[in-house]
Amino acid sequence: MSALDNVRRPAGEARSGRRPKAHEDLTAPTAAKPARASKWLAELWRPLVFVIILLAAWWLVTNQGWVAPFILPSPQDTWTTAVEHAAYLGQHTWITTVETVLGFLIAVVIGELVAVLMIYSKSIEKTAYPLILFAQVIPKIAIAPLFVVWLGFGMEPKVVVAVLMAFFPIVISGMAGLKSVDPEILELTSTMGANPFKTFLKVRLPASLPQLLSGLKVAATLAVTGAVVGEFVGANEGLGYVILQANGNIDTAMLFAALIIMSAMGVLLFAIIQVAEWFLIPWHASRRSTGSSAAGA
Amino acid sequence: MTATLPEPSATLTTPVVEVNDLNVTFSSKRGRVTALDGINLSVGQGEFLSIAGPSGCGKSTLLKVVAGLTRASSGSVHLRGSSVSGPRRDIGYVFQRAALLEWRNVRGNILLQAEMRGMDKAKAARRADELIEMTGLTGFEQSLPHELSGGMQQRVSLCRALLHEPDVLLMDEPFGALDALTRERMNIELHRIWRETGTTVILVTHSVAEAVYLANRVVVMSPRPGRIMEVLDVPLGKDRNYGTTMEDPVFTQISSRVRDLLGATHAGD
Ligand SMILES: Nc1ncnc2c1ncn2[C@@H]1O[C@H](COP(=O)(O)OP(=O)(O)OP(=O)(O)O)[C@@H](O)[C@H]1O
Ligand SMILES: [Mg+2]
Repeated sequence: MSALDNVRRPAGEARSGRRPKAHEDLTAPTAAKPARASKWLAELWRPLVFVIILLAAWWLVTNQGWVAPFILPSPQDTWTTAVEHAAYLGQHTWITTVETVLGFLIAVVIGELVAVLMIYSKSIEKTAYPLILFAQVIPKIAIAPLFVVWLGFGMEPKVVVAVLMAFFPIVISGMAGLKSVDPEILELTSTMGANPFKTFLKVRLPASLPQLLSGLKVAATLAVTGAVVGEFVGANEGLGYVILQANGNIDTAMLFAALIIMSAMGVLLFAIIQVAEWFLIPWHASRRSTGSSAAGA
Repeated sequence: MTATLPEPSATLTTPVVEVNDLNVTFSSKRGRVTALDGINLSVGQGEFLSIAGPSGCGKSTLLKVVAGLTRASSGSVHLRGSSVSGPRRDIGYVFQRAALLEWRNVRGNILLQAEMRGMDKAKAARRADELIEMTGLTGFEQSLPHELSGGMQQRVSLCRALLHEPDVLLMDEPFGALDALTRERMNIELHRIWRETGTTVILVTHSVAEAVYLANRVVVMSPRPGRIMEVLDVPLGKDRNYGTTMEDPVFTQISSRVRDLLGATHAGD
């Protein structure tokens, strides 16, 4: 049995010699903790610099009197207006936020449910897919008035438009994710005698997360658009309403304040999903590569 | 010394796998492909059977039919006395690619088997530890698949297939992607595991040395439509030392016979 000894030793050597990466990766989490702040800085300095340059250009253009204030308000005017009307803006921002988040969440639940149904039943897929595509190609702005007629001036039509906007990317990415499972792994689980529910929970769903989360990012930004589009059509509250009012009064400072809040809302939602991604799919190749490039930068 | 040991005749014991007049035909848009034609095969309890053959001759298909993953067009397949009519859970299956779940670490991947089967948690954990130890994966329990070498991934896949102590282990070119040295090492480990567990093994491989070193019998198949060309007994004993076996005249003789058979079917693979 000396052959076994002979063979076992090089195996150990190979492990420590040929693949040092495994050891590095194993120790990485502990080493990375104090460096977290600088890692965030490494990720964020580029967009921050860009925003600062943009602000500077804005300030320059408006303060040199190159552009009339009613066409482009100065940053300080916008800021003053925003602060002066903080309560007003806050109240309407809250409305739009609720509509957006509600619409997004409903879209996630329905979208994922439909994706799962379509994956497990060919006939459901064949029936539902054309319908979903049809619903997607109809311009939402064109059917939004209809929802106002049906559902009134409250939050409901805005939520519906947000759902409609966010739904499509969720279904598509959810399906693509669920289909991305290695067929051999599914064959394997079938030799494990697993019931379909267990296979879904332990194999299909986790495997679908990377693609699903990409879809959710798109969906989140679209949900904001959906809510505001809904408000444009008929509302007496929300950021869309604020924008319409400001437009009517040629109050561009207020309009800009609302626009900036709206964009910030979209970015925030996107960022929340990004953070969720770090926690949900730390194993995924996309996370790995950004991780190493951030460390290298 | 190993060659002089009398070979326990595997064919005398009860067959674990029995294949009778098996035909498998795939029909696609481009026509029908006969993957397997008139296969008869019987594998005894505790036997190690290697299957060699040119690419596309239906080796994978044969394993999948035995596992119940692919349907037979005609003929019958029995596994442990019962007819195979759907995916069988009384087997362990190792694919050519390790087919690990990216998000589970080594332990988690091995224990998937237990979770899916609803096995006793504590018992499965103990068994997983044993297998990790046995395959030299100790220290890597928490590593994710992408942190492992190809050989280590394949070992995880092997542990997963052995966790529930299956009576039959089906392996489809499990070491095909490995370098020659790692492959040798894996062969020795597999031989030891087979001896220690007494599992019935069917191994599909492209490597003649691997096929002969590990097996009690080697099945050589012909190209499409896949038929069994010859079945060779390998009377090398149950306890084979890699180095001495390789130089054993019996080994070289059988190996060259397998090579001749394969060479006759197609020029080089
Ligand atoms: N699902 C399928 N549909 C159609 N044809 C198939 C299918 N699976 C296998 N075949 C065909 O059956 C034949 C045998 O395939 P199989 O995968 O069993 O070969 P193999 O001996 O395992 O080859 P290799 O050594 O390259 O893995 C091939 O010609 C292949 O094209
Ligand atoms: Mg194959």
